[in-house]
Amino acid sequence: MGDVIGLLAFGSAGWSDELLAGAAVTIALALATLPFSLGLGLAVALLKRSDRKLSAAVGHAYTTVFRGLPELLTLLMIYYGAPLVVQAILKAVGVGARVEPNAFFAGVLALSLVSAAFTSEVFLSAFNGISRGQWEGAYALGLNRRRTLGLVILPQLVRLSLPGLSNSWLVLLKDTSLVSIIALEDLLRATNLAVGATKQPFLFYTSACCLYLMMTGASALVLRRIETRAERPYIRSPA
Amino acid sequence: MNLELLERYGPRMLDGLSVTAMLVVASLFFGALFSLPVVLARVEGGRFLRAIAGAYIQFFRGTPILAQLFLVYYGAGQFRVGLEEAGLWWLFRDAWFCALLAFTLNTAAYQAQILSGAIANVPRGQWEAARSLGLHTPAIYWRVVLPQALMVALRPYGNEVVLMIKASAVASVVTVFDLMGVTRLAFSRSFDFEVYFWAAGLYLLLTEGVRLVWGAMERRLTRHLAPAGAREMGGAPTAAARTPVTAAGEGRR
Repeated sequence: MGDVIGLLAFGSAGWSDELLAGAAVTIALALATLPFSLGLGLAVALLKRSDRKLSAAVGHAYTTVFRGLPELLTLLMIYYGAPLVVQAILKAVGVGARVEPNAFFAGVLALSLVSAAFTSEVFLSAFNGISRGQWEGAYALGLNRRRTLGLVILPQLVRLSLPGLSNSWLVLLKDTSLVSIIALEDLLRATNLAVGATKQPFLFYTSACCLYLMMTGASALVLRRIETRAERPYIRSPA
Repeated sequence: MNLELLERYGPRMLDGLSVTAMLVVASLFFGALFSLPVVLARVEGGRFLRAIAGAYIQFFRGTPILAQLFLVYYGAGQFRVGLEEAGLWWLFRDAWFCALLAFTLNTAAYQAQILSGAIANVPRGQWEAARSLGLHTPAIYWRVVLPQALMVALRPYGNEVVLMIKASAVASVVTVFDLMGVTRLAFSRSFDFEVYFWAAGLYLLLTEGVRLVWGAMERRLTRHLAPAGAREMGGAPTAAARTPVTAAGEGRR
């Protein structure tokens, strides 16, 4: 028992500071991905709603591909493929530099692409939950399409898509663990290193799982509060 | 297309595809079996059983599947002496079995969540009506509740199949040569990026195939729930309700 406390202590003897540093990388990666996932997801949802057949087809093809591929495959393709693409572009403009893969960049890019496929579906069904009358009312007031979208539709879209987006965030948080495979020192990678040094796999992987549980649990709590808050104007006060 | 590369690694990738398929089908099957006692504990159990089932579901849904796989595969090594005494070490030494165990436990948690949610969705009146007809509990489940719950659960189950196919790729990390494992091996030897595109194509074929087949199956099984207009074009809904047999026989147009 004393060993366990020693191994999980802070400082040079224990591994808690390393694990927490890894957890910080996990959270940073998920937070860095979130805005891209939301922005790209909204853009793809708008594409899918487009009247132009080609735009709609592109949007649907995007979702089909990134929803159907394993996250790990997407990540490895970006990690090994992105430098090749950048190198080719540099070569075309006359710079013959060698580009090394960057794990954090590849992680953010891959997770954004995957997550956007799911958030776009969330946004799409939220769009369907907004009645035509909202658009027509805004047009009747003389707002153009852009302002209608920004001032009338998006505020309602946020509330309708919050439950789905919460779910996407939890999936994203768990998917970050895949970057440990491309040697980014997230929580799971830090755990691997601790296991390598101490030969205590069960103890450390259980600890890592508990840390993940704390992160997903805390997120779920916060998100539920935000959802309740967003619903507040729509709940009728008891007569 | 690099034909030489295809000749060299194509057959191995197809082997990998069958390893992936076996792993997924076996995990889904055992996961479905194991989810049943969990659902039973969750729906019918007392406070203690409910808490255990809830904690199990929470743990496996709240942590990454890769961490769960490491916990089983490497974690078992810490109990090697005990497992050897129990005569189980040969199982836990095998990466394929560890992946199967981890995936089974993982999907059982998700399937238990799907099924217990679907059961909770069956209106109370159905239970009360079944009870007042004098049916005993197994009959209520078998004849009244489950047929309705499984209809609701059909779509989430389909999603779970696709999610499992995608998640199974992490097995390659613990040296299982599934489709992903073979692909990584082929890339590390040939440095030809093309192999990743082949793998992507095969995975897409698998997931989209499942999605299409599942969608067709769902439409067929729930055709009695489709709006009346979908069955009888322009026909009055009341007429359709009165003659359900012929209406069902016509199918969707």
